[in-house]
Amino acid sequence: MQAIRDFFNSFLLVELLQGLRLTGRHLFTDKYTIEYPEEKAPQSPRFRGLHALRRYPNGEERCIACKLCEAVCPALAITIDSEPREDGTRRTTRYDIDLFKCIYCGFCEESCPVDSIVETRIYEYHFEKRGEQIIHKDQLLAIGDQYEEQLARDRAADAPFR
Amino acid sequence: MDQLIELALIVAKIVALLVPLILSVAYMTYSERKVIGWIQLRRGPNRVGFYGLLQPFADVLKLLMKEIVLPQNANRFLFMVAPVISIMPALAAWAVLPVSKGVVIADINAGLLYVLAMASIGVYGIILAGWASNSKYALLGALRAGAQVVSYEIAMGFALVGVLMAAGSLNISDIVEAQAGAIWDWFWLPLLPLFIVYWVSGVAETNRLPFDVAEGESEIVAGFHVEYSGMAFAIFFLAEYANMILISGLAAIMFLGGWYSPFHGVPVLGPVFDLVPGVIWFVLKAAFFLFCYIWFRGTFPRYRYDQIMRLGWKVLIPVTVVWLVVESGFILTGFGPWF
Repeated sequence: MQAIRDFFNSFLLVELLQGLRLTGRHLFTDKYTIEYPEEKAPQSPRFRGLHALRRYPNGEERCIACKLCEAVCPALAITIDSEPREDGTRRTTRYDIDLFKCIYCGFCEESCPVDSIVETRIYEYHFEKRGEQIIHKDQLLAIGDQYEEQLARDRAADAPFR
Repeated sequence: MDQLIELALIVAKIVALLVPLILSVAYMTYSERKVIGWIQLRRGPNRVGFYGLLQPFADVLKLLMKEIVLPQNANRFLFMVAPVISIMPALAAWAVLPVSKGVVIADINAGLLYVLAMASIGVYGIILAGWASNSKYALLGALRAGAQVVSYEIAMGFALVGVLMAAGSLNISDIVEAQAGAIWDWFWLPLLPLFIVYWVSGVAETNRLPFDVAEGESEIVAGFHVEYSGMAFAIFFLAEYANMILISGLAAIMFLGGWYSPFHGVPVLGPVFDLVPGVIWFVLKAAFFLFCYIWFRGTFPRYRYDQIMRLGWKVLIPVTVVWLVVESGFILTGFGPWF
Protein backbone atom coordinates (compact mmCIF):
# COMPACT_ATOMS: atom_id res chain seq x y z
CA MET A 1 0.00 0.00 0.00
CA GLN A 2 2.77 2.39 1.00
CA ALA A 3 4.65 1.47 -2.16
CA ILE A 4 1.64 2.36 -4.29
CA ARG A 5 1.19 5.62 -2.46
CA ASP A 6 4.87 6.45 -2.96
CA PHE A 7 4.60 5.62 -6.63
CA PHE A 8 1.68 7.97 -7.14
CA ASN A 9 3.31 10.65 -5.03
CA SER A 10 6.37 10.66 -7.22
CA PHE A 11 4.50 10.09 -10.47
CA LEU A 12 2.07 12.95 -9.90
CA LEU A 13 4.94 15.23 -8.83
CA VAL A 14 3.20 15.94 -5.53
CA GLU A 15 6.30 17.04 -3.68
CA LEU A 16 7.50 19.17 -6.54
CA LEU A 17 4.16 20.95 -6.63
CA GLN A 18 4.35 21.55 -2.89
CA GLY A 19 7.76 23.12 -3.36
CA LEU A 20 6.42 25.29 -6.14
CA ARG A 21 3.56 26.39 -3.91
CA LEU A 22 6.00 27.44 -1.20
CA THR A 23 8.18 29.51 -3.50
CA GLY A 24 5.08 30.86 -5.19
CA ARG A 25 3.88 32.16 -1.84
CA HIS A 26 7.26 33.71 -1.15
CA LEU A 27 6.98 35.65 -4.39
CA PHE A 28 4.35 37.86 -2.82
CA THR A 29 5.48 38.20 0.79
CA ASP A 30 7.26 41.30 2.06
CA LYS A 31 10.92 41.56 1.21
CA TYR A 32 13.63 41.84 3.82
CA THR A 33 16.00 43.91 1.70
CA ILE A 34 17.25 47.13 3.27
CA GLU A 35 18.24 49.54 0.53
CA TYR A 36 21.47 50.44 2.20
CA PRO A 37 22.52 53.99 1.46
CA GLU A 38 18.95 55.22 1.85
CA GLU A 39 17.81 52.85 4.59
CA LYS A 40 19.94 51.54 7.41
CA ALA A 41 19.57 48.62 9.77
CA PRO A 42 18.79 49.51 13.38
CA GLN A 43 21.77 49.52 15.74
CA SER A 44 22.10 48.34 19.33
CA PRO A 45 23.69 50.60 21.97
CA ARG A 46 26.29 47.84 22.20
CA PHE A 47 27.27 48.21 18.56
CA ARG A 48 31.01 47.76 18.10
CA GLY A 49 32.38 50.01 15.39
CA LEU A 50 35.27 52.41 15.07
CA HIS A 51 37.19 53.07 18.28
CA ALA A 52 37.40 56.29 20.27
CA LEU A 53 39.18 57.58 23.38
CA ARG A 54 36.94 59.46 25.78
CA ARG A 55 37.61 62.39 28.11
CA TYR A 56 36.17 63.36 31.47
CA PRO A 57 33.71 66.25 31.44
CA ASN A 58 36.50 68.55 32.65
CA GLY A 59 38.49 67.82 29.49
CA GLU A 60 41.04 65.52 31.07
CA GLU A 61 41.65 62.36 29.03
CA ARG A 62 40.48 59.25 30.78
CA CYS A 63 43.25 56.90 29.71
CA ILE A 64 45.74 56.15 32.47
CA ALA A 65 48.02 53.96 30.35
CA CYS A 66 47.34 50.80 32.34
CA LYS A 67 47.79 48.85 29.11
CA LEU A 68 45.06 46.34 29.98
CA CYS A 69 43.56 46.83 26.53
CA GLU A 70 46.93 46.20 24.92
CA ALA A 71 47.29 43.01 26.97
CA VAL A 72 43.78 41.71 26.31
CA CYS A 73 43.69 42.49 22.61
CA PRO A 74 43.56 39.09 20.88
CA ALA A 75 44.73 40.51 17.57
CA LEU A 76 47.58 42.57 19.02
CA ALA A 77 46.16 45.59 17.30
CA ILE A 78 46.84 48.09 20.09
CA THR A 79 50.26 49.64 20.76
CA ILE A 80 50.75 51.89 23.79
CA ASP A 81 53.78 53.88 25.00
CA SER A 82 53.58 55.83 28.25
CA GLU A 83 55.58 58.47 30.16
CA PRO A 84 54.91 60.37 33.39
CA ARG A 85 53.46 63.79 32.63
CA GLU A 86 54.75 67.04 34.31
CA ASP A 87 52.09 66.74 37.03
CA GLY A 88 53.35 63.25 37.82
CA THR A 89 50.42 61.27 36.39
CA ARG A 90 51.06 58.42 34.03
CA ARG A 91 49.78 59.16 30.50
CA THR A 92 50.08 57.60 27.08
CA THR A 93 52.46 59.19 24.64
CA ARG A 94 51.33 56.88 21.93
CA TYR A 95 48.05 55.01 21.49
CA ASP A 96 47.83 53.30 18.08
CA ILE A 97 45.19 50.89 16.84
CA ASP A 98 45.78 48.98 13.65
CA LEU A 99 42.26 48.73 12.23
CA PHE A 100 43.29 45.99 9.82
CA LYS A 101 44.34 43.79 12.72
CA CYS A 102 41.41 44.74 14.91
CA ILE A 103 38.59 42.20 14.96
CA TYR A 104 36.15 44.50 16.77
CA CYS A 105 35.67 42.03 19.63
CA GLY A 106 35.20 44.79 22.20
CA PHE A 107 37.59 43.26 24.74
CA CYS A 108 39.53 46.55 25.00
CA GLU A 109 36.35 48.32 25.93
CA GLU A 110 35.45 45.68 28.52
CA SER A 111 38.91 45.63 30.05
CA CYS A 112 39.19 49.40 30.41
CA PRO A 113 38.88 50.38 34.10
CA VAL A 114 38.10 54.02 33.28
CA ASP A 115 35.82 53.62 30.24
CA SER A 116 38.39 55.37 28.12
CA ILE A 117 38.75 53.21 25.03
CA VAL A 118 35.28 52.58 23.59
CA GLU A 119 33.82 51.42 20.35
CA THR A 120 31.46 53.83 18.64
CA ARG A 121 28.58 53.14 16.29
CA ILE A 122 30.57 54.35 13.28
CA TYR A 123 30.95 51.66 10.67
CA GLU A 124 31.23 53.61 7.45
CA TYR A 125 34.85 54.59 7.02
CA HIS A 126 37.63 53.86 4.59
CA PHE A 127 41.32 54.43 4.01
CA GLU A 128 42.86 55.74 0.85
CA LYS A 129 46.55 55.20 1.57
CA ARG A 130 48.55 52.46 3.17
CA GLY A 131 49.33 53.42 6.73
CA GLU A 132 46.08 55.29 7.23
CA GLN A 133 44.59 52.22 8.85
CA ILE A 134 46.75 52.80 11.93
CA ILE A 135 44.89 55.46 13.85
CA HIS A 136 46.71 57.47 16.47
CA LYS A 137 45.87 58.94 19.84
CA ASP A 138 44.89 62.37 18.55
CA GLN A 139 42.52 60.87 16.00
CA LEU A 140 40.97 58.60 18.60
CA LEU A 141 40.50 61.51 20.99
CA ALA A 142 38.97 63.61 18.21
CA ILE A 143 36.43 60.86 17.45
CA GLY A 144 35.66 60.61 21.15
CA ASP A 145 35.11 64.36 21.39
CA GLN A 146 32.86 64.38 18.38
CA TYR A 147 30.60 61.54 19.52
CA GLU A 148 30.85 62.00 23.32
CA GLU A 149 27.14 62.67 23.70
CA GLN A 150 26.08 59.46 22.02
CA LEU A 151 28.84 57.44 23.68
CA ALA A 152 27.73 58.59 27.11
CA ARG A 153 24.09 57.81 26.28
CA ASP A 154 24.95 54.31 25.03
CA ARG A 155 27.10 53.56 28.12
CA ALA A 156 24.25 54.76 30.35
CA ALA A 157 21.75 52.56 28.51
CA ASP A 158 23.99 49.53 28.99
CA ALA A 159 25.00 50.34 32.58
CA PRO A 160 22.35 48.13 34.32
CA PHE A 161 23.74 45.07 32.55
CA ARG A 162 27.42 45.62 33.27
CA MET B 1 14.57 44.00 -59.16
CA ASP B 2 11.68 41.85 -57.96
CA GLN B 3 14.12 39.49 -56.34
CA LEU B 4 15.81 42.40 -54.60
CA ILE B 5 12.51 43.61 -53.20
CA GLU B 6 11.67 40.12 -52.05
CA LEU B 7 15.06 39.83 -50.38
CA ALA B 8 14.57 43.17 -48.64
CA LEU B 9 11.13 42.01 -47.52
CA ILE B 10 12.53 38.80 -46.07
CA VAL B 11 15.30 40.69 -44.29
CA ALA B 12 12.73 43.13 -42.91
CA LYS B 13 10.65 40.22 -41.62
CA ILE B 14 13.69 38.65 -39.98
CA VAL B 15 14.63 41.93 -38.33
CA ALA B 16 11.05 42.45 -37.16
CA LEU B 17 11.19 39.04 -35.50
CA LEU B 18 14.72 39.12 -34.16
CA VAL B 19 14.72 42.55 -32.56
CA PRO B 20 11.82 41.78 -30.19
CA LEU B 21 13.32 38.34 -29.63
CA ILE B 22 16.73 39.69 -28.59
CA LEU B 23 15.06 42.33 -26.46
CA SER B 24 13.00 39.70 -24.72
CA VAL B 25 16.15 37.66 -24.16
CA ALA B 26 17.70 40.71 -22.50
CA TYR B 27 14.67 41.28 -20.33
CA MET B 28 14.43 37.58 -19.58
CA THR B 29 17.72 37.90 -17.70
CA TYR B 30 16.33 40.88 -15.84
CA SER B 31 13.05 39.20 -14.95
CA GLU B 32 14.90 36.07 -13.89
CA ARG B 33 16.97 38.03 -11.42
CA LYS B 34 13.89 39.88 -10.21
CA VAL B 35 11.68 36.82 -9.76
CA ILE B 36 14.39 34.76 -8.11
CA GLY B 37 15.04 37.71 -5.85
CA TRP B 38 11.37 37.84 -4.89
CA ILE B 39 11.30 34.13 -4.22
CA GLN B 40 14.30 34.54 -1.94
CA LEU B 41 12.66 37.53 -0.23
CA ARG B 42 15.05 39.98 -1.88
CA ARG B 43 14.20 42.76 -4.27
CA GLY B 44 16.44 41.96 -7.20
CA PRO B 45 18.23 44.57 -9.31
CA ASN B 46 16.74 48.01 -8.70
CA ARG B 47 19.63 50.44 -9.08
CA VAL B 48 20.17 50.89 -12.82
CA GLY B 49 17.29 52.91 -14.18
CA PHE B 50 13.69 52.86 -13.00
CA TYR B 51 13.16 49.62 -11.00
CA GLY B 52 16.47 48.42 -12.43
CA LEU B 53 14.97 48.27 -15.90
CA LEU B 54 18.24 49.30 -17.57
CA GLN B 55 20.17 46.49 -15.88
CA PRO B 56 20.33 44.24 -18.99
CA PHE B 57 21.92 47.07 -20.98
CA ALA B 58 24.45 47.70 -18.24
CA ASP B 59 25.29 43.99 -18.27
CA VAL B 60 25.67 43.92 -22.04
CA LEU B 61 27.89 46.98 -21.93
CA LYS B 62 30.06 45.41 -19.27
CA LEU B 63 30.41 42.16 -21.22
CA LEU B 64 31.20 44.03 -24.43
CA MET B 65 34.03 45.88 -22.75
CA LYS B 66 35.59 42.74 -21.39
CA GLU B 67 38.47 40.91 -22.97
CA ILE B 68 37.78 37.59 -24.63
CA VAL B 69 40.47 35.34 -23.20
CA LEU B 70 41.69 32.60 -25.52
CA PRO B 71 43.07 29.66 -23.54
CA GLN B 72 46.58 28.79 -24.64
CA ASN B 73 45.97 25.28 -25.94
CA ALA B 74 42.45 25.87 -27.15
CA ASN B 75 41.42 25.18 -30.68
CA ARG B 76 41.04 28.80 -31.74
CA PHE B 77 38.66 28.28 -34.64
CA LEU B 78 36.24 25.96 -32.85
CA PHE B 79 36.50 28.02 -29.69
CA MET B 80 35.20 31.09 -31.46
CA VAL B 81 32.72 29.23 -33.65
CA ALA B 82 31.05 27.32 -30.80
CA PRO B 83 29.01 30.22 -29.37
CA VAL B 84 27.77 31.07 -32.83
CA ILE B 85 26.72 27.48 -33.43
CA SER B 86 24.82 27.44 -30.19
CA ILE B 87 22.86 30.64 -30.80
CA MET B 88 22.23 30.22 -34.52
CA PRO B 89 19.68 27.36 -34.30
CA ALA B 90 17.88 28.98 -31.38
CA LEU B 91 17.19 31.98 -33.58
CA ALA B 92 16.76 30.08 -36.84
CA ALA B 93 14.02 27.89 -35.44
CA TRP B 94 11.83 30.97 -35.06
CA ALA B 95 11.52 31.10 -38.85
CA VAL B 96 8.67 28.61 -38.78
CA LEU B 97 6.90 29.63 -35.57
CA PRO B 98 3.71 31.57 -36.32
CA VAL B 99 3.34 34.34 -33.77
CA SER B 100 -0.15 35.11 -35.01
CA LYS B 101 -2.52 33.90 -37.73
CA GLY B 102 -0.43 33.87 -40.89
CA VAL B 103 2.38 35.91 -39.33
CA VAL B 104 5.29 33.60 -39.98
CA ILE B 105 8.52 33.97 -41.97
CA ALA B 106 8.43 30.52 -43.60
CA ASP B 107 5.15 28.62 -43.61
CA ILE B 108 6.67 25.28 -44.58
CA ASN B 109 5.05 21.87 -44.41
CA ALA B 110 7.89 20.22 -42.53
CA GLY B 111 7.90 22.95 -39.90
CA LEU B 112 7.86 20.70 -36.86
CA LEU B 113 10.66 18.56 -38.28
CA TYR B 114 12.68 21.69 -38.93
CA VAL B 115 12.18 22.89 -35.35
CA LEU B 116 13.29 19.54 -33.94
CA ALA B 117 16.33 19.54 -36.20
CA MET B 118 17.28 23.05 -35.12
CA ALA B 119 16.77 22.20 -31.47
CA SER B 120 19.20 19.32 -31.80
CA ILE B 121 21.89 21.34 -33.57
CA GLY B 122 22.23 23.63 -30.56
CA VAL B 123 23.96 20.94 -28.54
CA TYR B 124 26.85 20.89 -31.04
CA GLY B 125 27.75 24.37 -29.90
CA ILE B 126 27.98 23.15 -26.32
CA ILE B 127 29.99 20.05 -27.18
CA LEU B 128 32.38 22.01 -29.39
CA ALA B 129 32.81 24.68 -26.74
CA GLY B 130 33.63 22.06 -24.13
CA TRP B 131 36.07 20.27 -26.36
CA ALA B 132 37.74 23.30 -27.91
CA SER B 133 38.54 25.05 -24.65
CA ASN B 134 40.86 22.19 -23.64
CA SER B 135 39.80 22.19 -20.01
CA LYS B 136 38.68 19.20 -18.00
CA TYR B 137 35.71 20.98 -16.48
CA ALA B 138 34.54 22.23 -19.83
CA LEU B 139 34.89 18.77 -21.33
CA LEU B 140 32.94 17.15 -18.50
CA GLY B 141 30.22 19.74 -18.82
CA ALA B 142 30.03 19.21 -22.54
CA LEU B 143 29.81 15.43 -22.14
CA ARG B 144 27.04 15.76 -19.62
CA ALA B 145 25.16 18.22 -21.80
CA GLY B 146 25.56 15.98 -24.83
CA ALA B 147 24.26 12.86 -23.09
CA GLN B 148 21.43 14.75 -21.46
CA VAL B 149 20.20 16.53 -24.54
CA VAL B 150 20.35 13.36 -26.62
CA SER B 151 18.31 11.43 -24.03
CA TYR B 152 15.65 14.08 -23.64
CA GLU B 153 15.44 14.73 -27.35
CA ILE B 154 13.77 11.34 -27.68
CA ALA B 155 11.11 12.01 -25.07
CA MET B 156 10.50 15.46 -26.51
CA GLY B 157 10.31 14.10 -30.04
CA PHE B 158 7.79 11.49 -28.94
CA ALA B 159 5.71 14.10 -27.16
CA LEU B 160 5.60 16.15 -30.34
CA VAL B 161 4.74 13.04 -32.35
CA GLY B 162 1.61 12.95 -30.21
CA VAL B 163 0.84 16.49 -31.27
CA LEU B 164 1.29 15.80 -34.92
CA MET B 165 -0.86 12.68 -34.67
CA ALA B 166 -3.61 14.78 -33.12
CA ALA B 167 -3.23 17.59 -35.64
CA GLY B 168 -2.52 15.36 -38.63
CA SER B 169 0.07 17.77 -39.96
CA LEU B 170 3.70 18.79 -39.60
CA ASN B 171 2.91 22.35 -40.64
CA ILE B 172 2.94 24.45 -37.49
CA SER B 173 0.19 26.79 -38.62
CA ASP B 174 -2.02 23.77 -39.31
CA ILE B 175 -1.24 22.41 -35.87
CA VAL B 176 -2.53 25.62 -34.33
CA GLU B 177 -5.57 25.60 -36.61
CA ALA B 178 -6.34 22.07 -35.43
CA GLN B 179 -6.69 23.51 -31.93
CA ALA B 180 -9.01 26.35 -32.98
CA GLY B 181 -11.40 26.97 -30.14
CA ALA B 182 -11.54 27.62 -26.44
CA ILE B 183 -9.18 26.50 -23.75
CA TRP B 184 -10.69 23.01 -23.54
CA ASP B 185 -10.24 22.48 -27.27
CA TRP B 186 -6.47 22.83 -27.08
CA PHE B 187 -4.22 19.81 -27.12
CA TRP B 188 -2.99 20.15 -23.55
CA LEU B 189 -6.09 18.43 -22.25
CA PRO B 190 -6.18 15.19 -24.27
CA LEU B 191 -2.38 15.09 -24.40
CA LEU B 192 -1.82 16.08 -20.77
CA PRO B 193 0.88 13.45 -20.07
CA LEU B 194 2.65 14.35 -23.30
CA PHE B 195 2.37 18.02 -22.43
CA ILE B 196 4.07 17.44 -19.08
CA VAL B 197 6.70 15.20 -20.65
CA TYR B 198 7.32 17.81 -23.32
CA TRP B 199 7.72 20.51 -20.74
CA VAL B 200 10.04 18.50 -18.50
CA SER B 201 12.21 17.52 -21.44
CA GLY B 202 12.07 21.08 -22.70
CA VAL B 203 13.54 22.26 -19.42
CA ALA B 204 16.16 19.52 -19.66
CA GLU B 205 16.91 20.36 -23.31
CA THR B 206 17.80 23.92 -22.44
CA ASN B 207 20.06 22.73 -19.58
CA ARG B 208 18.09 24.74 -17.08
CA LEU B 209 17.54 23.93 -13.44
CA PRO B 210 16.79 21.37 -12.13
CA PHE B 211 18.66 19.76 -15.04
CA ASP B 212 21.64 22.08 -15.28
CA VAL B 213 24.36 19.49 -14.66
CA ALA B 214 26.07 20.79 -17.79
CA GLU B 215 26.90 23.93 -15.84
CA GLY B 216 26.93 22.46 -12.35
CA GLU B 217 28.61 25.36 -10.55
CA SER B 218 29.23 23.32 -7.43
CA GLU B 219 30.88 20.40 -9.20
CA ILE B 220 32.47 21.51 -12.45
CA VAL B 221 32.76 25.28 -11.99
CA ALA B 222 30.63 26.42 -14.91
CA GLY B 223 30.78 23.41 -17.21
CA PHE B 224 31.21 23.94 -20.89
CA HIS B 225 31.70 27.71 -20.72
CA VAL B 226 34.33 27.97 -17.97
CA GLU B 227 36.93 29.30 -20.36
CA TYR B 228 34.67 31.82 -22.04
CA SER B 229 34.63 35.46 -21.13
CA GLY B 230 33.30 38.74 -22.46
CA MET B 231 31.00 38.68 -25.45
CA ALA B 232 31.71 35.02 -26.25
CA PHE B 233 30.29 34.11 -22.87
CA ALA B 234 27.40 36.50 -23.38
CA ILE B 235 26.48 34.71 -26.59
CA PHE B 236 26.21 31.40 -24.73
CA PHE B 237 24.03 33.15 -22.23
CA LEU B 238 21.93 34.61 -25.02
CA ALA B 239 21.64 31.21 -26.65
CA GLU B 240 20.40 29.64 -23.44
CA TYR B 241 17.71 32.25 -23.03
CA ALA B 242 16.80 32.21 -26.71
CA ASN B 243 16.37 28.45 -26.41
CA MET B 244 14.15 28.91 -23.39
CA ILE B 245 11.98 31.34 -25.30
CA LEU B 246 11.87 28.95 -28.24
CA ILE B 247 10.79 26.01 -26.08
CA SER B 248 8.17 28.18 -24.37
CA GLY B 249 6.89 29.44 -27.70
CA LEU B 250 6.71 25.88 -28.99
CA ALA B 251 4.81 24.79 -25.89
CA ALA B 252 2.31 27.59 -26.45
CA ILE B 253 1.88 26.59 -30.08
CA MET B 254 1.79 22.82 -29.68
CA PHE B 255 -0.33 22.49 -26.58
CA LEU B 256 -1.96 25.81 -25.75
CA GLY B 257 -3.46 26.77 -29.08
CA GLY B 258 -0.89 29.32 -30.25
CA TRP B 259 -2.59 32.60 -31.05
CA TYR B 260 -6.13 31.62 -30.02
CA SER B 261 -7.71 33.32 -27.03
CA PRO B 262 -8.83 31.02 -24.22
CA PHE B 263 -12.49 31.69 -25.04
CA HIS B 264 -12.37 31.53 -28.83
CA GLY B 265 -15.73 30.36 -30.13
CA VAL B 266 -17.60 30.83 -26.85
CA PRO B 267 -20.85 32.80 -27.41
CA VAL B 268 -20.35 36.04 -25.43
CA LEU B 269 -16.77 36.00 -24.16
CA GLY B 270 -15.32 34.75 -27.43
CA PRO B 271 -15.79 37.88 -29.57
CA VAL B 272 -14.65 40.11 -26.69
CA PHE B 273 -11.44 38.18 -26.12
CA ASP B 274 -10.84 37.92 -29.87
CA LEU B 275 -10.49 41.71 -29.95
CA VAL B 276 -7.05 41.23 -28.43
CA PRO B 277 -4.58 40.52 -31.24
CA GLY B 278 -3.46 36.91 -31.53
CA VAL B 279 0.17 37.81 -31.07
CA ILE B 280 -0.60 39.02 -27.56
CA TRP B 281 -2.22 35.72 -26.64
CA PHE B 282 0.79 33.92 -28.03
CA VAL B 283 3.20 36.10 -26.07
CA LEU B 284 1.18 35.70 -22.88
CA LYS B 285 1.18 31.92 -23.19
CA ALA B 286 4.91 31.83 -23.89
CA ALA B 287 5.51 34.23 -21.00
CA PHE B 288 3.69 31.86 -18.68
CA PHE B 289 6.11 29.09 -19.58
CA LEU B 290 9.08 31.42 -19.25
CA PHE B 291 7.89 32.31 -15.78
CA CYS B 292 7.70 28.62 -14.99
CA TYR B 293 11.33 28.26 -16.05
CA ILE B 294 12.34 30.89 -13.52
CA TRP B 295 9.98 29.50 -10.91
CA PHE B 296 11.54 26.05 -11.27
CA ARG B 297 14.98 27.56 -10.96
CA GLY B 298 13.98 29.27 -7.75
CA THR B 299 12.46 26.09 -6.33
CA PHE B 300 14.24 22.90 -7.29
CA PRO B 301 17.73 21.70 -6.42
CA ARG B 302 19.83 20.15 -9.14
CA TYR B 303 19.17 16.51 -10.10
CA ARG B 304 22.00 14.08 -9.72
CA TYR B 305 23.33 12.95 -13.06
CA ASP B 306 22.14 9.35 -12.82
CA GLN B 307 18.73 10.56 -11.69
CA ILE B 308 18.47 12.67 -14.80
CA MET B 309 19.25 9.69 -16.98
CA ARG B 310 16.80 7.52 -15.05
CA LEU B 311 14.03 10.09 -15.43
CA GLY B 312 14.66 10.50 -19.13
CA TRP B 313 14.92 6.87 -20.14
CA LYS B 314 12.85 5.01 -17.58
CA VAL B 315 10.02 7.45 -16.88
CA LEU B 316 9.46 9.97 -19.63
CA ILE B 317 9.96 7.73 -22.65
CA PRO B 318 7.65 4.92 -21.38
CA VAL B 319 5.00 7.50 -20.48
CA THR B 320 5.08 8.98 -23.96
CA VAL B 321 4.94 5.59 -25.64
CA VAL B 322 1.98 4.50 -23.54
CA TRP B 323 0.14 7.71 -24.18
CA LEU B 324 0.80 7.52 -27.91
CA VAL B 325 -1.00 4.15 -27.89
CA VAL B 326 -3.86 5.60 -25.85
CA GLU B 327 -4.03 8.53 -28.22
CA SER B 328 -4.25 6.22 -31.24
CA GLY B 329 -7.26 4.68 -29.53
CA PHE B 330 -8.75 8.15 -29.13
CA ILE B 331 -8.19 8.91 -32.79
CA LEU B 332 -9.72 5.61 -33.93
CA THR B 333 -12.81 6.17 -31.82
CA GLY B 334 -13.05 9.90 -32.51
CA PHE B 335 -12.97 10.68 -28.82
CA GLY B 336 -14.16 14.05 -27.52
CA PRO B 337 -14.04 17.33 -29.47
CA TRP B 338 -10.36 16.96 -30.32
CA PHE B 339 -10.12 14.07 -32.74
